[in-house]
Amino acid sequence: MDIETIAKKLNLKVRSASDNLKNNVTGGYTGDLLSDVMANSHEGDIWITRQVHQNIVAIATLKEHAGIILVNSCEPARDTLEKANQEKIPIMVSDLPAFELTGKIYNLLEKKD
Amino acid sequence: MVAWNKLKITVHTTETENYLYKNSFDVEGGNFSNAGTVSTHIKSILKNIGLPNNIIRKSAIVCYESEINIVSYARKGIINLTVTTKTVEFDIIDEGPGIPNIELAMEQGYSTADRQIREMGFGAGMGLYNIKCYSDIFNLSSEVDKGTFLKIIINIT
Repeated sequence: MDIETIAKKLNLKVRSASDNLKNNVTGGYTGDLLSDVMANSHEGDIWITRQVHQNIVAIATLKEHAGIILVNSCEPARDTLEKANQEKIPIMVSDLPAFELTGKIYNLLEKKD
Repeated sequence: MVAWNKLKITVHTTETENYLYKNSFDVEGGNFSNAGTVSTHIKSILKNIGLPNNIIRKSAIVCYESEINIVSYARKGIINLTVTTKTVEFDIIDEGPGIPNIELAMEQGYSTADRQIREMGFGAGMGLYNIKCYSDIFNLSSEVDKGTFLKIIINIT
């Protein structure tokens, strides 16, 4: 399932790299501790977090995440957006809390598989 | 000189060692806006060499955590990378406060990070522990008020 499909189904607001929404999502990871995400997330994951600073882009780039979703309507910082556009990492915003968003995405991916 | 792997990589031969790639990268302490840049660069180098994905994955984790440690705690540091046909080696040297109690620093969850670092999602006390988990050889030494030296070897199997 690509990011665009997930963004449409869950009413996500795309904030960066809107030309890269065809990235394939193969799994997901939810977390705000960067070392935890670094160690345990995988390539192709959609990363769900409420961290909004630019270091999330470095992690998503290194781990080759499909994209990042910020929860609770948190908006990315301006320099986060600049970096995300440079690195072509889609950042989206959801008004849901992490628990609900994670559940919905998990269900979407499970159905697809 | 011999060609290695499916890519045309040149093996450099000196009197003492054979390596595919060797370079040093400077990391600036305190500069969170560039944190991760060196690790991203090193990852692309390892990909170009054609190393297996699991080795690249481990290398990216240990390199990133080491880079973040320099940014978070040291004034400056250097990440020395050496890739051979058998290993990926990192020698990481920083000038900084050092680690008074290495045993304690290795405990998962122990951290001396300040509030600002923690609010960003760093400083959870997982960095050194993660580095050790993903290394085949892990050697940490430190001198208080001088700096820290970390040697990491990942075997390519």
